[in-house]
Amino acid sequence: MPTLAELSPGQRGEVLSVTGDPALVQRLYELGLLEGEQVEVVALAPLGDPIEIRLGNSRLTLRRAEAAGIAVQLLETRNSERGTRN
Amino acid sequence: MLTATLTVALVGNPNTGKSTLFNALSGLRQKVGNYPGVTVEMKKGQFSADGVSVELIDLPGTYSLAARSPDEMVAVDLLLGRRPEESRPAVIVSIVDATNLDRHLYLTSQLLDLGVPVVVAVNMIDAAREQGITIDFEKLSQSLGVPAVPIQANKGIGLGELTKAIRESAEQGAVPNGPQFPEAFVLVAEQLQKELSDELPPVLVRRALTDVGGYTEQWLVDHHGEEFRAKLTSARAKLASAGHAVPGVEARARFAWVREAVAASVTKPAVRPVTWTDRIDSVLTHRLWGTLIFLLVMFLMFQSIFLWAKPLMDLIGSGQDAIAKLVEGTMASGPLRALIVDGVINGVGSVLVFLPQILILFGFIAILEDCGYMARAAFLMDRVMSRCGLSGKSFIPMLSSVACAIPGIMATRVIENRRDRLATILVAPLMSCSARLPVYVLLIGAFIAKPGSPSYLPGLVLFAMYMIGFTVAPLVALTLKRTLLRGAPPVFVMELPAYRRPKIGAVLRRMFDAGKAFTIRAGTIILAAMIVVWALLYFPYKDGEGNSYPERIEQAEDAAKEKADRLKELKEKDEASKKQPEAGEPIPPQLSDEEKAELEKLEETAGQADKLNGEWKRNSILGRAGLTMEPVFRPLGWDWKIGVAALASFPAREVIVGTFGILYDVGDVDPGAVGDDAAEAEDKEKAAGLTKAVQEEWAKDPVRGKYGVPVALSVMVFFALCCQCAATLAVIWRETKSIAWPAFTFVYMTALAYVGAMLTFQVGRLVMG
Repeated sequence: MPTLAELSPGQRGEVLSVTGDPALVQRLYELGLLEGEQVEVVALAPLGDPIEIRLGNSRLTLRRAEAAGIAVQLLETRNSERGTRN
Repeated sequence: MLTATLTVALVGNPNTGKSTLFNALSGLRQKVGNYPGVTVEMKKGQFSADGVSVELIDLPGTYSLAARSPDEMVAVDLLLGRRPEESRPAVIVSIVDATNLDRHLYLTSQLLDLGVPVVVAVNMIDAAREQGITIDFEKLSQSLGVPAVPIQANKGIGLGELTKAIRESAEQGAVPNGPQFPEAFVLVAEQLQKELSDELPPVLVRRALTDVGGYTEQWLVDHHGEEFRAKLTSARAKLASAGHAVPGVEARARFAWVREAVAASVTKPAVRPVTWTDRIDSVLTHRLWGTLIFLLVMFLMFQSIFLWAKPLMDLIGSGQDAIAKLVEGTMASGPLRALIVDGVINGVGSVLVFLPQILILFGFIAILEDCGYMARAAFLMDRVMSRCGLSGKSFIPMLSSVACAIPGIMATRVIENRRDRLATILVAPLMSCSARLPVYVLLIGAFIAKPGSPSYLPGLVLFAMYMIGFTVAPLVALTLKRTLLRGAPPVFVMELPAYRRPKIGAVLRRMFDAGKAFTIRAGTIILAAMIVVWALLYFPYKDGEGNSYPERIEQAEDAAKEKADRLKELKEKDEASKKQPEAGEPIPPQLSDEEKAELEKLEETAGQADKLNGEWKRNSILGRAGLTMEPVFRPLGWDWKIGVAALASFPAREVIVGTFGILYDVGDVDPGAVGDDAAEAEDKEKAAGLTKAVQEEWAKDPVRGKYGVPVALSVMVFFALCCQCAATLAVIWRETKSIAWPAFTFVYMTALAYVGAMLTFQVGRLVMG
C-alpha cells in the first residue's frame, strides 16, 4: 500500500491509516486528515521536501517523514475535469 | 437593569479573520494582557453591546484545545476560569471560516464542552458565495445548538447581529452540549475523574486521556507522580481494546457530529470550482518559479530595509544632535548636563534609531502573513533550515537579523514550538547585522585596503565577515538543538491558508504594536545600560590636581576657537609654500622661523581638547579596568585601548568607533561617517583622522606594528561573534521573559568571540612568521 509520501503532484488518495508520533497523529486528526478522507498532493518544495497537499478546502504542508506514516489507497486521477469532487 | 462588564473570549483557527473581527469590534480601545510564566500575550478590547459593556479577549489562534505547552494551556485555563488574572468568560465567540466549515467546526465542538454559552461567528460569507457554497443559518444554529451568525469581518457586515447574539446568550446563560462520545470513553473518563476527586474539571480529565504526551498529562504526572502515567496508559489501553483508541476516538466523534451539522445546513456545488488560491499556488509553490519569486521577494524586503531605513535613521541621528546642542546651550556644564546629553539623549537616540528597521520589517511581515505568503515561505525553506535542526518558520527571523537582530528576534513569534523559537532567538544575533558594518569598514579601510594590496581584498574580507555569521549561526543552532534544547522534533504540519488581499489598517496596526512594544519595554533597559557605561567612562572626572576634565576641555576648546583663524591662515600659507612653482612663476613666500614655531604651537592647542578627553577616558573607571585587564586582551593581539573600546561598546557595537576616536585623541567620531561619502565634511575628516591615528598608533607598537592585519582581523572577528548590543539582550529578555536567556546569549557569544579572535590573531601571526 503506498503512503502519502510516495504520491506525485496531481495524484489523489484515500487515507487508510494515520500512524506516527502521538502529537503528529493528533494534529493531523485535528486538521481533519482522518481515515476515509481524500487527499491530493499539490506540490513539492524545491528540494522535494516538504510536500503540499489539499484536503477538502484546506491546504496543508507536511514533511515527507510525516507523510510516510499516512497509508493511502491511490484514486484514479480525472484529467477531464478542471475541478475535483467536493 | 444593572450590568457589570461582560467578559467575552474570541476563539478560532489561525487565518479565520479573528484579528480582523477583534479590531472591528473593539476599535482602538485595546491593551495587551501578559501572563506570568508564559510568553503568550493576549489582546483585550472594550466595546458596548446594546448598552452592555463588554471586555473582549482575543485568544491566540489554535486548531484545538489539546494544549501541548504552558503557552497553549493559558488559553484553555482562561476559558475555564482557571486564570486568577481574568474572570471566566460569560460567552465564547467561536469564529469559523464559511468556506471550510467541515474543519473549523471541530474547534467549535470542543468549545461547546466548556460549560459556557457559545456564539458561532461564520466569517467570510463573501468567499463562500463566490465558491457557490450556501449556508442555511437557521438550520446550522439548530444542529449546533447555539446561535450561528453570518459575518464579513473586513467589511463590518453582521457585527450588529453578532453583538446582539452575544448579549442574549449571556443573559440566557444556557450551557450548550457538545458531541456525544462513545459509552466506553465516558465510563473510563468518569473512572479517572473519581480517582482525582474534584481537582480537575471533567473536560480536562478527558483532555488528559486523549492528549498523549500533552500538557494536562504532564501536569497530572507532576502532581501525582509517575504512577499516574501508568494509570493513564492502562486507561488508554482499555479504550483501544474497546475499539476507541486515542486520539482517534475524539476526532471521529467530533467530525461525525460536524459532518451531520454541515450536511443539514450547507450545500456545495458538485464539482469544486478552481479557486484563486489554486491558481496562485500553482506558481508560488512551484519548484522553480516559486523559488525564484521567493528569492525576489526576500531581496526586495531586504533592500527596502536598508534603503528606506537609512534616511529615517539619519533623521533620528540629526534630531538627537540638535536636541543635544540645545541642551548644551541652555545648561551650565557639569555632571548633570553630561548625564542628560551623553547618557539620556544618546540613550534615547540609540533606542529610537532601531525603530525604522523594526517598522519596515514588521510592515513586510504583516503583509506577507496577511496575504498568506508567510506559510509558503516556510514551506519553500523548510528543507534548508531542517539541516540545522530548525524549520522553515525560522527562515524569515534569521534573514531579518542580517539587517538587525532586534526585529528578527521579535519575528520569531510565528514559531509555535518553544525549543525551535528559543534556538532561533539565541542564534539570531550571530547574523552579521548592519551595526557591525562601521567597525568592519573602519578596520578594513585602515589595514586591508592599503595601496599595493589587491583591489578585491577589502570586498573579500567584508564578505568573509558576513560568512562568519552565516556559517556559525546554523552550527550553534544545531549544537543547541542537540544539547540544551534537545527534544522530539516538533510537528511541522502547517496550514497553507487561502490567499487574501492584505488590509492596510491591519498592517499599520502590526507595525505600530511592534514599535511600541520595542520602545517601551526594551527601550528602558537599553537606556539604563547606556547610562551605566556613560557613568563608567565619566567618573572620576577630576585629574590628579583636582581640576575638572570637562572644564579643562572647554577651556582648551575656547582657546582653540580663538586662534582658529590664525591657524587656518598659517596652514594655507604653509601649504602654498610647499608647492613646486611652475615655470615662470615666482617662488612662493616661505614661512619664517617664528611663523613655523607659531604654527606648531597652534596645532598643539587645537589638538589639546581631544588629548585631554583621551586622558580623561583613560583615567575613568572603565579605562582603568581596561588597563588592569590588558593580560586578558594580549592573546588576541590587543592593547588595552582596543580592550576598553570593546568594553565600552557593550550598549551597541558601533560605539566602538566613537570610543576609538576618543582613546586615540581624535575626538568623538560618528560611526555613520566611516566610509560614507555623503557624510558631512567635518565628520568625514574625523573618520579619516581616526583611520590615520589607528594606523600611526599601531605602527609604534612592536606587536601591532608588525601584525597590524591579524590584529585588525582579530578585532573584526570579535565583533562578528560578540553580543555587544544591549538592545538585542533587552529584546531577548522581553521575548523569553527570563533573564537567564539573555545572560546565556551574552556569555556564549562573548566566549565564541574571544576564542575566534584569538585563533585569528595567533594563526595570522604564524602565517606572517
